[in-house]
Amino acid sequence: MTIFTLIINPLMYIIPILLAMAFLTLVERKILGYMQLRKGPNIVGPYGLLQPIADGVKLFIKEPVKPSTSSPTLFLLTPILALTLALMLWVPLPMPFALTDLNLTILFILAVSSLSVYSILGSGWASNSKYALIGALRAVAQTISYEVTLGLIVLSLILFTGAFTLNMFNSAQETIWLILPAWPMAAMWFISTLAETNRAPFDLTEGESELVSGFNVEYAGGPFALFFLAEYTNILLMNALSAILFLGPSFNTVNINLNWAIKTTILAIMFLWVRASYPRFRYDQLMHLVWKNFLPLTLAMIAWHISLPISMAGSPPQL
Amino acid sequence: MNLILTMILISSLISITLAFVAFWLPQMNPDMEKLSPYECGFDPLGSARLPFSMRFFLIAILFLLFDLEIALLLPLPWSIHLNPLYVLMWAFMIIMLLTIGLIYEWVQGGLEWAE
Repeated sequence: MTIFTLIINPLMYIIPILLAMAFLTLVERKILGYMQLRKGPNIVGPYGLLQPIADGVKLFIKEPVKPSTSSPTLFLLTPILALTLALMLWVPLPMPFALTDLNLTILFILAVSSLSVYSILGSGWASNSKYALIGALRAVAQTISYEVTLGLIVLSLILFTGAFTLNMFNSAQETIWLILPAWPMAAMWFISTLAETNRAPFDLTEGESELVSGFNVEYAGGPFALFFLAEYTNILLMNALSAILFLGPSFNTVNINLNWAIKTTILAIMFLWVRASYPRFRYDQLMHLVWKNFLPLTLAMIAWHISLPISMAGSPPQL
Repeated sequence: MNLILTMILISSLISITLAFVAFWLPQMNPDMEKLSPYECGFDPLGSARLPFSMRFFLIAILFLLFDLEIALLLPLPWSIHLNPLYVLMWAFMIIMLLTIGLIYEWVQGGLEWAE
């Protein structure tokens, strides 16, 4: 029995995640294509459905490059670290039959997602190329800056719901989705997740016109595919998390998974819509947005959320 | 062996396998030009590891401060059940301190990027 719980269960969890991530890349290309009045991939398989598989095979049979000036160990280790962390992040999600039931789910997610900074920094530095280093510096500065607001927003939400467990968010949102009472923060959270996953319009790390491809210029073939997998897995995770935090996929109904999956998909499609619609930010605008707009706002909001339950004598129940 | 540990093991095993496959499957045909760092066609000039940006360093320091603040505020959901007014006072002290710090940083121009 232990082999089932310890090995088969995690595998049965990881494989759908990787499949979902593969089809996310296809959906992205399709949606971007139709938004630009073209078809997107439609040759490989019906409606291009086999495109992600073809892409994967192509990436893994292409020659990986190990630049002669790079630090080989770190250079190889960072893509592995990136994918490992991206898969680890899914462990504590409150599925109806959850893999694990952690008490401090949100702390776990915050901690592991901040570790992914190391993979960016390490890969940029180990490549020993100027573009890679500059791209990595930018990506790291952006990620850690937006992490501050993410942390503060999530803390205010926790003051609403009363515990760090994601399951609490389900019971807290029985009557109303948190997106309404926490509205400005929901918007800020969505923008911060865009920036945290280095998506357009905050994809400064891979501003092609100036930095070629950012921290992963020197990566080709398989190691690049690992970064790619990690990036898209993180996007899906962030959207699944936003759905739990703000859209209350109520876990009492029968079609729990469907409910949650639909909300996650809608959020992911919004990511793609944003990518199709907005031009890239300038770097100073990006930093001004987080340090001069989001941070003061979230600081004020957290003060508000601490004082509100106390002054109204309505602090949430303690788990 | 708990599930988190096995999950760490399994996910790192998957990544390592993928990385291994990526180096074992394709035909490797390295040459001097392919392995040199990418730099717009010409040979790389100087070391890529020397540049050091004070701006980015400052951002990292600011991040550390604010993240520490968040770490201090994390027990709030439990502690507001203990002694609300006392907790309120201390939480506000921390937030005020950080806000004053942010204002100071802003006034001193630490948040400016374009000169």
